[in-house]
Formats: sequence, C-alpha cells, structure tokens
Amino acid sequence: MDEVKVIEIKKSVFEDNDKDAAKLRAELKHRGVYLLNLMSSPGSGKTTTLIQLLNQIKTKLRVAVMEADIDSDVDAVKIKEQTGVDSIQLHTGGMCHLDAEMTRQGLDNVKLQNLDLVILENVGNLVCPAEFDTGACRNAMILSVPEGHDKPLKYPLMFSVCDLVVINKIDVMPYFDFDIEKCREYVKMRNPKAEIIPICAKTGEGVDKLAEWILKEVNNWKTT
Amino acid sequence: MTALCHFERNEVESRNLMHELGIVFYIIKDVKEAAEANGVKHVDAVVMDIGEVSTIVPEYLQDMWRWAADREELLKGAELKINIIPAVTWCDHCKCEYPTVEYGKTCPNCGSGETWLLRGNEVEIKQIEIKS
Repeated sequence: MDEVKVIEIKKSVFEDNDKDAAKLRAELKHRGVYLLNLMSSPGSGKTTTLIQLLNQIKTKLRVAVMEADIDSDVDAVKIKEQTGVDSIQLHTGGMCHLDAEMTRQGLDNVKLQNLDLVILENVGNLVCPAEFDTGACRNAMILSVPEGHDKPLKYPLMFSVCDLVVINKIDVMPYFDFDIEKCREYVKMRNPKAEIIPICAKTGEGVDKLAEWILKEVNNWKTT
Repeated sequence: MTALCHFERNEVESRNLMHELGIVFYIIKDVKEAAEANGVKHVDAVVMDIGEVSTIVPEYLQDMWRWAADREELLKGAELKINIIPAVTWCDHCKCEYPTVEYGKTCPNCGSGETWLLRGNEVEIKQIEIKS
C-alpha cells in the first residue's frame, strides 16, 4: 500500500475573502465612500426600489450603482435610463454571488473620488451572497410580501448578516396573509439590531424612510 | 455610462449556478498555496470539514470539485473527502446543548429562544494527502 503523507491546513474557506473584505472596507473608510450591499431573492423588486430610492437621494449624494448579475445588462441600463445615475454591470460568470475581490474589481470601474455612495445590487439569491463578505459597510436585504413572513426562519444566515431589512410590496399584504408583526419578530430573532423599513416601491410609500436611513448612514460613515 | 465588467472565471453550464463552485475555487487556491509551500507536485486527496448547517450541499461540492480540480495539474484525479460536522446549539437559558437540525432555534428542554450555534457551520480545509 502507498504511504500517505498528510499536510494539515485547518483553514476556513472564507478566511481569505474575509481578509480582502476587511481591507476593502478600511480603504472605503479612508476615502469616505459608503458601499451598501443590497441582497434579495429574484423578483423582490430590488431594481424598482433602487430607482425610487435613487430619485430621492441623487440630489443629496453623489451616487453610483453596481449591478451584479449572472448575465445581461438590463438592470444597469434601466437604472441609467430612469434615474440618470451612473450604473455599471458586473457579470459574475456563472457564480451566484460576489466576493470581495470581484467587488473591488467592480469599484475600479467607478470614479470613487467623485462619490459618496456606491450601491451594490448583489445577485438575486438568499443563500450564497450571505456567506461572502463583499467588503461593504453595511448589508441590506429586500424581502417582498409574496415571499412570505417566514423567510427569516428559512434563511437564517441572510437575516443575521443584514443591518437593514426592507419589506417591499406592502400594498399587496392582504392578499398574501403576510403578518408584518410576525415578520418583525422573526427578523429580530435572527438579528436583534436589524432595522426594518416597510415600503411599496411601486407607489413610493415608505421610500422616504429608506432615503433617510441611507443619508444618515453615509453621514455617519464619513464623519465618525 | 454603462460599463461592463465581466468575470471570465469559468465556462460552466447554467445548471451549475450554485455557491459550491465559488467555494471550490477558494479551496483550490488554498490547496495550491499549501502545496507550493511544501514543495508538493501532486495532491491525491483534500479533506474538508463541512458543518451540517453550513449551507453546503456535499453532492454539489463533489460535482464542482471534479469539474474544477481536473483542470489543474496539481489536482488531477484528486479525491475530495468530506467529514460532516454535526450541528449543535447551546441554550443560554437552561445551559444545555441540543442537536440543531432536529430542534432549530428553540430549546427542546426549556422552550427558550436564547440559543446559539456552537458548531456545525464550518467550511474548513482540514488537510491534504499525498501518496508517496
């Protein structure tokens, strides 16, 4: 029988990415640029929410958007057309998430010196993006009413890494037996510190609260 | 400006849109570094510790591993051995441990929700094996 030589590694697969992410975050802090990592399921209304949000904050902040998708540039084009905000498309080449290195490569394509805020629209998926720290200052996620109020129970990691949970499509709540109080309770179970903002991206309801949150966040990031 | 930034990392088919592929790229990178540091020319097996609630699907990880490892001289034919680490939760209220998968967030002894995962979310490269 062959002799087998064993070399111990004992290393978490996420260790290198975590280091890259911490480095990126420190650089962003130094440059005074706030990076928000926005996650959700496909079809939760990320792009529509962004368009509404951008139209409220674009006069107050210098902002750019990075759209991460497996393919196509429909979202980036839509953002540019409907808000005038610069938007770049990142293709993940089949990968279901962005890591810190890909985020950095994306940031190399926006002019950071002219920006206060970059919003990264991560790949629509509640599992993988939660595992890979992108280097963003904060993580936010959009949960839409048709997905159900028990989502935080099913995707614990996603909800435990998010600082902000936006509940979208609240206009259709009665049709989906969506219990918003239950939803709040489940989110808090995963992350007691998470902020929750209910909105309807279609009508614009609650988007002002979201704009307020982001303005405060960016201001804190730059001044503290 | 609508610039495109395309990550040409792979040409996998669309059926493989899962995070196990990303994980495999990280494993390969770490194994390459370890092999180089130890002057190893070919690795025969990589041993992983995967937690029961790590969100990794071992079968997918194996599929992705085969696809990606065989494209590397260092890892051609190398086996991926997976140890599953059972998930255990700690209840801070009644100070007990219980199996996570069976009972989830709520302690089966006292019904408290003040519980934390002790282990079971590992995605760790344990060791590499080289036949001499």
